[in-house]
Amino acid sequence: MIPGPFSYHRPATVADAVKLLSTLGDEARPLAGGHSLLPMMKLRLATPDHLVDLHGIGTLKGIRRDGNKVVIGAMTTQHELLASDEIAKSLPILHETALLIADPQVRYRGTLGGNVANGDPGNDMPALMLTLGASYRLEGSGGGRDIAASEFYQGAYFTALEPGEILTAISIPVPAAGAGYAYEKLKRKIGDYATAAAAVVLTMSGGKVASCAIGLTNLHETPLLATDAAKAVMGTSLDDAALKKAAAAAVAIMSPAADARGPVEYRKHVGGIMVMRALTRAAARAK
Amino acid sequence: MNDMTPTREQREAKLEGMGCKRKRVEDARFTQGKGNYVDDLKLPGMLHGDFVRSPHAHARVKSINGDEALKVPGVLAVITAETLKTVNLAWMPTLAGDVQMVLADGKVLFQNQEVAFVVATDRYAADDGINKVQVEYEPLPVVIDPFKAMDADAPVLREDLAGKTTGAHGPRKHHNHIFEWTVGDKDLTDAAFKKADVTIKEMISYHRTHPSPLETCQCVCSFDKIKGELSIWGTFQAPHVIRTVVALIAKIPEHKIHVISPDVGGGFGNKVGAYPGYICAAVASIVTGKPVKWVEDRIENLTATSFARDYHMTTEIASTKDGKVTGLRVHVLADHGAFDACADPSKWPAGFFNIVTGSYDFPVAHLSVDGIYTNKAPGGVAYRCSFRVTEAAYCIERGMDILAQKLGMDPAELRLKNFIKKEQFPYHSALGWEYDSGDYHTAMRKMMESVDYAGLRKEQAAKRLAFKRGETREIMGLGVSFFTEIVGAGPSKNCDILGIAMFDSCEIRLHPTGAGIARVGTKSTGQGHETTWAQIIATEIGIPADDIMVEEGNTDTAPYGLGTYGSRSTPVAGAAIAMAARKIKAKAQMIAAYKLEVHEDDLEWDIDGFRVKGLPEKTMSMKDICWAAYNSVPPGMEPGLEAVSYYDPPNMTYPFGAYICVMNIDVDTGVYKIRRFYALDDCGTRINPMIIEGQVHGGLTEAFAIAMGQEIRYDPEGNVVTGSFMDFFMPTAVETPHWETDFTVTPSPHHPIGAKGVGESPNVGGVPAFSNAVNDAFSFLGSTHIQMPHDYWRNWKAAKSLGVFA
Amino acid sequence: MAKTQKTHVTMKVNGAEVEGLVEPRTLLVHFIRENLQLTGTHIGCETTHCGACTVDIDGMSVKSCTMFAVQAAGSEITTIEGVANADGSLSALQEGFRMMHGLQCGFCTPGMILRAQRLLQENPSPTEAEIRMGISGNICRCTGYQNIVKAIQYAAAKINGVEFQEAAE
Repeated sequence: MIPGPFSYHRPATVADAVKLLSTLGDEARPLAGGHSLLPMMKLRLATPDHLVDLHGIGTLKGIRRDGNKVVIGAMTTQHELLASDEIAKSLPILHETALLIADPQVRYRGTLGGNVANGDPGNDMPALMLTLGASYRLEGSGGGRDIAASEFYQGAYFTALEPGEILTAISIPVPAAGAGYAYEKLKRKIGDYATAAAAVVLTMSGGKVASCAIGLTNLHETPLLATDAAKAVMGTSLDDAALKKAAAAAVAIMSPAADARGPVEYRKHVGGIMVMRALTRAAARAK
Repeated sequence: MNDMTPTREQREAKLEGMGCKRKRVEDARFTQGKGNYVDDLKLPGMLHGDFVRSPHAHARVKSINGDEALKVPGVLAVITAETLKTVNLAWMPTLAGDVQMVLADGKVLFQNQEVAFVVATDRYAADDGINKVQVEYEPLPVVIDPFKAMDADAPVLREDLAGKTTGAHGPRKHHNHIFEWTVGDKDLTDAAFKKADVTIKEMISYHRTHPSPLETCQCVCSFDKIKGELSIWGTFQAPHVIRTVVALIAKIPEHKIHVISPDVGGGFGNKVGAYPGYICAAVASIVTGKPVKWVEDRIENLTATSFARDYHMTTEIASTKDGKVTGLRVHVLADHGAFDACADPSKWPAGFFNIVTGSYDFPVAHLSVDGIYTNKAPGGVAYRCSFRVTEAAYCIERGMDILAQKLGMDPAELRLKNFIKKEQFPYHSALGWEYDSGDYHTAMRKMMESVDYAGLRKEQAAKRLAFKRGETREIMGLGVSFFTEIVGAGPSKNCDILGIAMFDSCEIRLHPTGAGIARVGTKSTGQGHETTWAQIIATEIGIPADDIMVEEGNTDTAPYGLGTYGSRSTPVAGAAIAMAARKIKAKAQMIAAYKLEVHEDDLEWDIDGFRVKGLPEKTMSMKDICWAAYNSVPPGMEPGLEAVSYYDPPNMTYPFGAYICVMNIDVDTGVYKIRRFYALDDCGTRINPMIIEGQVHGGLTEAFAIAMGQEIRYDPEGNVVTGSFMDFFMPTAVETPHWETDFTVTPSPHHPIGAKGVGESPNVGGVPAFSNAVNDAFSFLGSTHIQMPHDYWRNWKAAKSLGVFA
Repeated sequence: MAKTQKTHVTMKVNGAEVEGLVEPRTLLVHFIRENLQLTGTHIGCETTHCGACTVDIDGMSVKSCTMFAVQAAGSEITTIEGVANADGSLSALQEGFRMMHGLQCGFCTPGMILRAQRLLQENPSPTEAEIRMGISGNICRCTGYQNIVKAIQYAAAKINGVEFQEAAE
């Protein structure tokens, strides 16, 4: 359980990091919190020749309000999200979700950027980003670009990041005032990935759902936006029938792998349950 | 007497003897990072070894090429079975009478089997080296399902045993068969079943799991070529046994082998046996002339060093229609993996599984066990239990619940009806044990009153009705478990390891100033022996526990002992300690008599010294006697004050307990919630209640993990799918329930201080309590038995199969 | 920095400036244990689950098996060897672990104490649930956690200057 040898780089600017990554090519990997990459390296499932450590780049940290959006530096840790008043006020669903990720030690090191960018279907934040309509700022040797989270995920560990590009910031529209939210995650224990999880952000008007977005974690090789499920509850009071319809629509797009968390049938079933529970809890919070 | 004279209470308290919640002496070093564990040891010039392991569960090894590895900077040697054959160590004997490959000899028989040992200057270079060793495999068909191992066309696993129709424990019926072990009267048992009003039959599996102490198995071996001496520092629960095993297989004289167990980071049975890592590190040290360290990583620990359980128990109980049990018949299919590497006493291929009649008065019983080979890691060890006792307790406790369900009786009532009665002790069980003491009815009733058992049953009945009406999706289960353990291996009449009787030992030496040292043949792996052994001595001879240093684990200084496992330390070594102390006390009495100028018989013991009967002012403290022992002993007496005791117990001890688990299960997700867990333990005389409680908490937590998800699971190709702490259920503080503990005290009549042992009881009794709670929760929906582990998806699967989603 | 070329790192460990030569891939836990000979920090799982290797780095609890030593250059680290009071007496947490029997084999204890220390600095009066969540990155195989929770409650009470009262069973 010892990583293979590599060369270590610690650039001080995004430009330097991008330059390094594009020069070094496929054999280089950016290093954020390292809590996904290091275990893979210890198992020698990942053997990069170069690591480009992003911890030296001060501009990648921080949480700021920018009009109707909250912009979060990619190297902002889960712990910093939990400690942020801005997040607690504007995006409490991030707070709720960050608390369900791994354990305290991992949250001190694990970053939002690493969580959303590495393409691991087990990560919790990507589905949340889809649900919130977030966009990612990517910087590469050819300059910067913004991409919607919904366009970012292409397969397990396969994203829209081009070689040499890094994700530098996440921009999240603040949900409408009075929006309800919930992240329901079923896991076997602290430190586990989701057996199934669902994120919901919705608004209610006169007791009926006025807007709704639903995201799903670890139920497919990429995070999913359950659009049909969200449509199914629009205009309803989230009665049993509407919840069941939403769950069925969500289950229809799930294709999880069988693993030690359970067989496919189980993971899909509880995926549906998580959707119903997240909807119910979000509605209770909506004003 | 002036005011400064301490009262009797103060003198008693100063001793911190038995019954005192004495704080642990170990903790000063452990809380300050000054423990001394194997991996902390760094010897000059020390090398590191690491294993190349098989990715296949069954394959022929066509070739092993270490050339590229030897080019890696720092890599010094690549050891294979061919290397080991030159010193006749390619195979090693197991404690169970089998042989085991140290390194793959022609084929591999389980995933992650040791194939080659790379020796390098540091652990980084060793890891680089193992990644460069090229091994060519030819995969072979695998046997994973134990029920298919003895099919006529099953692949031959152990080619080394070809033609051997007899093993260490009698005839072999099939090429993948190891032994058959039978106990009890088959004819009488069959007759009882023919006559029975009611019978039950269920195949109850206890899945494969792993002890997984937080510190893995590791060692440092250092061979001194000039002296011809081998020193081994290792994570050993039984250092003397390791010394003898090394002497026997490496042909080094036993006095030239020094085995040292320093602080050990948990054992739970994982650190009893001998593993290829120890042999390879020793050979590497002999070959290179340098110390060699081997440290297992967690994945290696979970997948290669000994697993536990994997018993598949077809259980039948015969009963009258009013619930009096009349017979028990059990057949076990015991999956040992690739080699039978059980760490049981040698004559007991299935351990003490014949305790399977449990706490009940079965007039007749019959047991047969078939041990078999599969393409899985070798074992199995006793994971926090006496040998196969947790399997037996699970078997009978599940069986009793199934019988209660069939009879329509309450499971607690059925148990009360069939318990061995207090006046029946010493009790001879149908399968051959003599239970020393017990008061089961009192313990059971205390449990039932403490938790308001009747009230819980009422709540459950109401909840079941609500579920049927569709008002809740939660079901509630009460898991009752009443276990009898058999610990303290053991009496030489029935227990040995490789021919060495399973006594244990203590040597006490008191110094002139009234302080002393006690050396014991056991080895604490967290039980706090340095604290509790001194407490026994304090009460026995009146020297404060703080003035007694306890030392274990160094075979050069400790008297020969069989080590710590199977809850044997207190029943066997605890007795040796008391007996050695009593020898000291006898000599002390002679010295005191001489000094006080009275006859020995005129003296009586009083807390911390002797006093003359009828003359309470005339006393001599043990502290003063110590001084006298070194300066004015009676004429003809040798000076000094020390004693040795090797204690061969007359019988095992039989701790018992009444546990109950209250659990809710959400049928939609299978998620359970442990609402309450109450554990009443009777371990006889209690030496340190604080430590007992801690042991119970720990054992219950392991039981919780095992019952509710902790499993070594293989896929059909023989890959381990639960090989890290992500998938091998290792609960954190969040998942772990709150524990309520309680006790009764029924001393062992044959043990010098009446103590029975406790460390493993909670694991033995806990697993059936959890499993019975799950099964009880589902029983009203028509199920009789749901196999462990009861993780979320399996609970959901059970709910689904019972039609709750219809 | 090239793959096998060793680099010079300095950091402050338990208040003292330390230095050493490390490969880029040298894990912080190995630097602490083997270069600095501070062997109180343990290795239990290597996959970032067990927390036996927890140390405090710049005010954060970190699993030192999941960080490279080069990354810790310039930081301030506390290991179990730096936890006792300046006069050598046991800290409130160390004392709590001893008094409440919060340890058995002792292997998880250093990481558990380091984690608990940071927890109490962030939340001086945690509830039982907050303590359990707060130490959920640390696995103990011996105690069942119940007495560890009590040990942390004991320490919190002592630090806060209030009398510790054990919850009724």
